[in-house]
Amino acid sequence: MNQPRDISKYEMKFLINLLKEMLLIRRFEEKTGQMYGLKKIGGFCHLYIGQEAVSVGSIATLDLKKDYVLTSYRDHGHAISCGIEPKVIMAELFGKSTGCSRGKGGSMHLFDAEKHMLGGNGIVGGHIPVATGVAFKISYKKEDGVVLCSFGDGSIHMGSFHESLNMAKIWNLPIVYICENNQYGMGTDFKRVSSVENFAVMGASYNIPGKQINGMDVLEVYEETLKAVSEARKGNPSFIEIKTYRYRGHSMSDPAKYRTKDELEEYKAQDPILILKNKMLEHNFIALDEYEQIDKECKTLSEEAVQFAEESQEPSITALYEDILI
Amino acid sequence: MLITYREALRQAIDEEMARDENVFLIGEEVGQYNGAYKVSLGLLDKYGPRRVVDAPITEEGFTGIGIGAAMVGLRPIVEWMTFNFSLMAIDQIINNAAKMRYMSGGQLNVPIVFRGPNGPAEYLSSQHSQALESLYVHIPGLKVVAPASPYDAKGLLKTAIRDDNPVIFLEGELMYAWKGEVPDGEYLIPFGKGDIKRSGDDVTLLTYSKPIKLVQEAAEALENEGIQSEIVDLRSLRPLDEDLIYQSVKKTNRCVIIEESWPVASLGTHIAWLISKNCFDYLDAPVELVASEDTPMPYNHSLELAAQPSVEKIVQAVKKVMYR
Amino acid sequence: MAEKLLMTALSPTMENGLIVKWNKKEGDLIQSGDILCEVETDKATMDYESSVDGELLKILLPEGRKAFIGDPIAIVGDKSEDLSQLLVDSKSKPDKETSIISDFTHAEKEIKQLQRQKHAIDKIKVSPLARRIAAENMITLHDIIGTGPEGRIVKRDLENIIKGKKNKSINIVNPLAIETIGDKSIPITEKRRIIAKRLSESMYSAPHYYLKLSVNMDKILSERSEFNQVAKEKISMNAYLIKFVAEALKRHPMINANWQGDTISKFAKADIGLAVAQQDGLITPIVKDCGNKGILAVDYELRILIDKAKKGKLMPEEFIGATFTISNLGSYGIEEFTAIINPPGSAILAVGKIIKEPTVSMNNEIEIHSNVRLTLSCDHRVIDGVVGASFLNDLKIMMENPIKTLY
Repeated sequence: MNQPRDISKYEMKFLINLLKEMLLIRRFEEKTGQMYGLKKIGGFCHLYIGQEAVSVGSIATLDLKKDYVLTSYRDHGHAISCGIEPKVIMAELFGKSTGCSRGKGGSMHLFDAEKHMLGGNGIVGGHIPVATGVAFKISYKKEDGVVLCSFGDGSIHMGSFHESLNMAKIWNLPIVYICENNQYGMGTDFKRVSSVENFAVMGASYNIPGKQINGMDVLEVYEETLKAVSEARKGNPSFIEIKTYRYRGHSMSDPAKYRTKDELEEYKAQDPILILKNKMLEHNFIALDEYEQIDKECKTLSEEAVQFAEESQEPSITALYEDILI
Repeated sequence: MLITYREALRQAIDEEMARDENVFLIGEEVGQYNGAYKVSLGLLDKYGPRRVVDAPITEEGFTGIGIGAAMVGLRPIVEWMTFNFSLMAIDQIINNAAKMRYMSGGQLNVPIVFRGPNGPAEYLSSQHSQALESLYVHIPGLKVVAPASPYDAKGLLKTAIRDDNPVIFLEGELMYAWKGEVPDGEYLIPFGKGDIKRSGDDVTLLTYSKPIKLVQEAAEALENEGIQSEIVDLRSLRPLDEDLIYQSVKKTNRCVIIEESWPVASLGTHIAWLISKNCFDYLDAPVELVASEDTPMPYNHSLELAAQPSVEKIVQAVKKVMYR
Repeated sequence: MAEKLLMTALSPTMENGLIVKWNKKEGDLIQSGDILCEVETDKATMDYESSVDGELLKILLPEGRKAFIGDPIAIVGDKSEDLSQLLVDSKSKPDKETSIISDFTHAEKEIKQLQRQKHAIDKIKVSPLARRIAAENMITLHDIIGTGPEGRIVKRDLENIIKGKKNKSINIVNPLAIETIGDKSIPITEKRRIIAKRLSESMYSAPHYYLKLSVNMDKILSERSEFNQVAKEKISMNAYLIKFVAEALKRHPMINANWQGDTISKFAKADIGLAVAQQDGLITPIVKDCGNKGILAVDYELRILIDKAKKGKLMPEEFIGATFTISNLGSYGIEEFTAIINPPGSAILAVGKIIKEPTVSMNNEIEIHSNVRLTLSCDHRVIDGVVGASFLNDLKIMMENPIKTLY
């Protein structure tokens, strides 16, 4: 793991934006958890709490007018990082017609075509070839974009991962594959089901360079992704394993008894939001009351998101047969 | 001009690639090898490797790549060497291609064509002889077509490539050499329209894809016995040309459905139910189904032929509904 | 700001939870993430984490108590806040309204009715097409032999009948071509064939004799007229006739019987048929068990049956099996006639037109009365002259003085 970054070389505004975005995701996800508990949200709901630095740090490197993001079903963080409004996400979670997917997708299928956020995909590893196809288009049309394809440690052994990396390399596709290793595929410690523990080597079979980085430090995520993205723009695909941790269970129905309380506490001490906050306080980039103000704003945004979702309309029954074919 | 089925397909792909820069072909052996069945003969030379892409043997991977590319504006034609191998990619087809538009609330669409030979050829045994149309026709979000002549093949493939939805395009290895007349100019055949290949008053023979030859032979045999058959070639399996089906059955009062699919929960059984529901008062006999036998395909050729529809089986079925 | 903590779904299928143990007490400071209490759910005992920071101001749901999802369990807020507002605001549990619309009774009734209508007769096998053709051409399927598998009636079986093709070839004439007078051959319908067969059999096997008398209809007419002035539906004369006949049959059960060859079988009930004209023949819809029905019930049923008869929708058991038949040609101007017995009955009553005529009274005076001629045809194998005569006479007495029916 690298040493913590030297924060002073960054612009204050940039850092505040990173902090705010992570806090927004945190408060939004906490609200989502509550709403799920009140049965306003149904089905599967996978919270991003603890992993905020990964989506925030990596997507901050992109220009979403030409770049694309695809991720798995743990997509609320990515959706916020791509600029989808919290109220539109919450409305989707509530299944309302004002949701980003018009109530037809739900938690696992958040999409915003205009912001180049292409899901939100429910099948483990199913989106990796699709992301590779998006990169194929960029290369075919000789555009300048890149694709960030995020997935979890549960996906990395899927055939679709391997098939995709091989083709990305033979065709020099502009794509960065990011494995967000939160250590557990549902309830299974990744070490029990992986032949290698350091995923950085997973690209080696395909001659794709790989790196393992610390996902609790948003600046490390940012810097490393930036490097990978600029390589990708030249047609050199790469792979990053980002080690992170989720503070809640795999999904809402998981009591997460497969890890110890000590382990959880250890990672809570590495809360990416607190890490950045403390650094910024140290360097006087932010005052405590400013931080609390930002936190309060994030809480308010989350509450307003709930209100918007509550007041929004259900889709009409005719929506059942809409958008099957064009 | 008189051309083969494979040449008709090639012309369609060539014309559409020339017309629209975003159309490209991807699959195993489609480029340098000129196609496992020579459908893409000469296309690599004409359009180059950017547009005619030889893929490694990774059906799931390159099918998914096609879908991703289609989602952001390209128009891929994904060729599977046979539809048997499409099973490797079934998650991509059913969970991604068929659902991307719906799940995203209408924001995305997938203008992609999946094509290749479907159904039994000869001597290939169980894993390489499957007719899988009934699987695909079951899925909302897909369109499915099955041309049985060079004329239908070219017109339908052009329509498929221009369609903004995922299209499953079913060919047949033994059909590639069939010859037929094709007009010189440009023409398209719309989806959802079947074709009456022969008119008759006594019985409706409903079919699609390769069995059409058998059906035509059976119709001639039956004519010698004074039975006039009407052959309805469905062409479009999803959407189905229901009006044409009902019009014919209401006229003849009798129907035999012929398909290569296995009989359990097949497209034919679905159509039989539709007919019983919508033409109930016009039926003088129950609808008969001549499908493949409910077994994996054996290697031995006699068994292989016995497992499939035949002229004999069709004639027997017709006599049954005619009470002869 | 104090806020209420609510019972949340700690498992997707949980509906309510029971507080097993409070880990904190009122007055404790808590942080987001602290485990406040343990909740027993449908699946397991789960930890309830606080989602807010603050002081645990009040425990609303003590240990051992249950709450539904969404019910408040505690209040957390700033130190020593005034909670009076929050506590007053009592949460009313949403009524678990399980209002099931009870269409069940209605549906049950309908099903029972349909089941009653189901015929006990052997199921006829017929293709949907043939059934439709038969209905369109008013052909009853009963007498058709089906040439399809297992006797299924199919289109060609009806084609034969419609074209009149049998063993004999009958000339089919194109009606449009006929302009001239001359002998014509008309192909017979199935119905005509059956009528001819049955009535011939009746005539030839039952030795018919005929009894005739006149009945004074004044009292019945006056009663009927009075009733019909206030009635919603006017009662038919036939209903009266049927009822009186039924009463007479009760007193003379031998009339309501049938020659069996070795035995005579007496019918348990009076199922009285009324001859009704149709487009191409005649049919006798039956009102069953007339002895146990009043005139109004008889009339109501008769109306339904006649309507069905005119539309060709009578089921076989509705027109086959009358134990006694009435034929009324009064409305056609016929004053008097003899009818042919309709099996399985042994008698038939022919009713003529009601005529106003002069009659000689008991006091040898001429009075004007409305009279009707009744002619009873009897099967002599079952009904002797005296038996028939007493029945007819009793019928007359009851009809002329309806009150006597109650004696």
